Amino acid sequence: MTNTEKKKKKGFSRRKFLVRSSVGLGVIVGAGYLSRNLVRRYLAGFANTAELPYTNSVGPNVWFEITTDNQLILHSPKVEMGQGTFTGLAQMAADELEVPIEKISVVHAASETGNIDPFSTGGSTSISGLWQPLRELAATMREMLKGEAAKLLGVAASSLSLKDGVISSGDTSMTYGEVVAQVKEWTVPDTPPLKDIKDYKYIGKPIQRIDLTDKVLGTPMFGIDSTLPDMLYGAVARPNTIGAKFVDADISAAEGMPGVVKIVKEEDFVGVVAKSRTEAENAKNAIKVTWESEREWASADIEEMIQVGKGDPIVIQKEGKAKSLLADGEDVITAEFKSPIGAHAQLEPNGSLAFVEADKATVMISTQVVNLTRSEVAERLGMEVEQVNIQPTYLGGGFGRRLHTPNAVQTAVMSKAVGKPVKCFFNRKEEFQNDTFRPPTHHVLKAKLSENGMIEAIEHNVSSGDVMFGSPLFPAVIESVLGADVGAWRGGMIQYRKIPNFRAISWRVKLPFATSWWRSLGLLANTFAIESFIDELALKAGKDPVQFRLDHTKNDEAGKRLSAVIREAAEKSGYTDEVKNGMAMGFAASTDANTPVAQVVEVSIENEQIKVHKVTCVIDPGIAVNPDQVRAQCEGAIIMGMSASMFEKMEVKNSELSPTIYGPYQMALMRHAPKEIDVVILENAEKPGAVGEPPLGPIGAAIANAVFRLTGQRLREMPFSLT
Amino acid sequence: MNISFTINGEPQSVDVDGNTPLLWVVRDVLNLKGTKFGCGKAACGACTLHVEGVAIRSCSYAVKFAQGKAITTIEGLSTGEKIHPVQQAWIEEVVPQCGYCQPGFMMATAALLEKIPNPTDKDIDDNISNVCRCATYYRMRKAIHRAAEIKAGEIE
Repeated sequence: MTNTEKKKKKGFSRRKFLVRSSVGLGVIVGAGYLSRNLVRRYLAGFANTAELPYTNSVGPNVWFEITTDNQLILHSPKVEMGQGTFTGLAQMAADELEVPIEKISVVHAASETGNIDPFSTGGSTSISGLWQPLRELAATMREMLKGEAAKLLGVAASSLSLKDGVISSGDTSMTYGEVVAQVKEWTVPDTPPLKDIKDYKYIGKPIQRIDLTDKVLGTPMFGIDSTLPDMLYGAVARPNTIGAKFVDADISAAEGMPGVVKIVKEEDFVGVVAKSRTEAENAKNAIKVTWESEREWASADIEEMIQVGKGDPIVIQKEGKAKSLLADGEDVITAEFKSPIGAHAQLEPNGSLAFVEADKATVMISTQVVNLTRSEVAERLGMEVEQVNIQPTYLGGGFGRRLHTPNAVQTAVMSKAVGKPVKCFFNRKEEFQNDTFRPPTHHVLKAKLSENGMIEAIEHNVSSGDVMFGSPLFPAVIESVLGADVGAWRGGMIQYRKIPNFRAISWRVKLPFATSWWRSLGLLANTFAIESFIDELALKAGKDPVQFRLDHTKNDEAGKRLSAVIREAAEKSGYTDEVKNGMAMGFAASTDANTPVAQVVEVSIENEQIKVHKVTCVIDPGIAVNPDQVRAQCEGAIIMGMSASMFEKMEVKNSELSPTIYGPYQMALMRHAPKEIDVVILENAEKPGAVGEPPLGPIGAAIANAVFRLTGQRLREMPFSLT
Repeated sequence: MNISFTINGEPQSVDVDGNTPLLWVVRDVLNLKGTKFGCGKAACGACTLHVEGVAIRSCSYAVKFAQGKAITTIEGLSTGEKIHPVQQAWIEEVVPQCGYCQPGFMMATAALLEKIPNPTDKDIDDNISNVCRCATYYRMRKAIHRAAEIKAGEIE
């Protein structure tokens, strides 16, 4: 047992089940386990492996409800934003509870149930983080039900058999619901051993998404679909320029406009509450807001700031003497790469429905940070957190955009001002201009080849705006603890550790607008830079790019897994360096959060545009709880990564960020999507790992490497542009 | 002003400003939440519904133009016992991820199949221009072809 596993076990032994009876609901079972120094443990986990140990939740921790008609409700501390987590959790619970998966429904835990994640849903950690605790909770509950059934039936627990949520002894049987209906005092058993993985019925199978039918029928489920009786609609005036601070507002023209109920003017914002969304928007547009900003910004200013050599450097990886070996000399090969400001552009805008009453508040919202949303609302309202109930909804896209939700605070303030429920959502222009963007990056790489064509030394420098630093999710102290922004350098380390000398350096830049998590964080840009450079080095050394990568991969566990995906991708795609019929292949690989991924693209140039025909993707996430959803995540990540690599870019002009609408903010659409995506899943680890983000890594570099073979042009800047 | 139309087969009349986008009347007055708001400028297609069988981006369609017309939303796409071929195909191919933009895509696809019963890949590329940030396009294309098959099978 590793140290981490030992620590986890200790945490579990302190676990205490809470059993409460509840009218109509049967039994509510929960668990809580404590952990000291949460932040540190989270960060250490994130920094080393980017794996979030599921540490703690707050309050009474309601995980399961069993209804008297034998339905099981799992209150998920993680939110569902498309990544399929609810389905994976249902599979895990169904297998250990011995119930058919159809009997399980998964709901977002409201903060009043206590079972909310203290940090976030993000970082591709939901399934991996809950793998052990959720199965143990389900197994414990199964044994608890069995123990009570034995008492009720007057038989030994060992004589009972379990199938499909029915407990049997000889001719008599009871459903879980029937047990629940009769028990008042519960005995909590020790955590039983988990089943053998090969005995699972659901885990490891391509089970259909449990939210599939609702999503196909258009069932209301998203934040923007929330309603409450007597609900009014809000609109908040939001700045359209960088650094603009609210000073004052002339509301005279808006007052008395059709449908206007109240203009809410606070120290830091002004909003309108009206009878309809359209009326609220119209009145908001009639308000004359005075904004104040220190200076004007343009794209050139931002580019000037994002440069390796400027800002604060932190060495994030070091082996051997890369620095001195690469200090000078004609034989030092260098290359530069860049990536632009990227928008989240998720389809459901930010917004919330809030109802603030005298002694309590309710907020329905698409959020990745239930706990933070709650504490910010409570603080502004002057309430205790226990008085604020956050009801998370299904997210119309997350991608990191909902890791901070100050809009909930504004909506709550407006609701308090009118004493009624208020729903307020961004319009699309506000969404684009008030995004928490993917920061732009600049990369400088250096390397030296030995006489036999091997890499003797390599160095990656990345300059980036902040990703995780500056987030209200973390206390400022973490900046000095960690040194460099883990998010910015994600994917920025050298994965070919057989190279004798390597170094990676992160240069931090604070930009004048909000930058933050964007699915896979620095991985896409960092991998684009490093894997393009590796391709250049292979060509310079006169080596096959696949073999070149294998030759530099260390023979340790991570290296073996990386080699395996590289080999499989080359073989499955039939990778060749040759250009055939105007079609070239490109190869790239990355390791993110312990999940290695290799991708091969087949590309041609049509009408002076890059056309991606086929992508072969080999991923090793360890145990694939739901192979179909692993595939779905790969397919989506590949096209999203293509979109960011080939099309997307925000510009700054007269302090305004633009474009502010889809179309001008060009993205991959149906016509750009590859007709063929071949996903191969290897399972060379003993537990589930990250899935949602790792497959975004290689795609940009793979396309760029293919384009080089086709045209001889080395693409050095995203979005790609052919000369 | 008072505006009357049928929605999903039911007669309906609403008393709203005639310039209100149909989207908000459908969502907030009639409480049919399946039609989504994405951009408000007809650029993303999340709000796609049918007016007289034609796919319309309802965020940019004033409700007054719906007077006397037949509107269909995702809630009314399947009629009778059977699920609509497009929805059936979407289930078979397990298309949705976050799911937010999917009703718009399904409505756009249903209208496409009325126009072109057996669309080629190029027909799909030319006609389906909605935005999906989860980028489920790969499965959507398969689902569109599959929907055409199911629909053809039903007619036979």
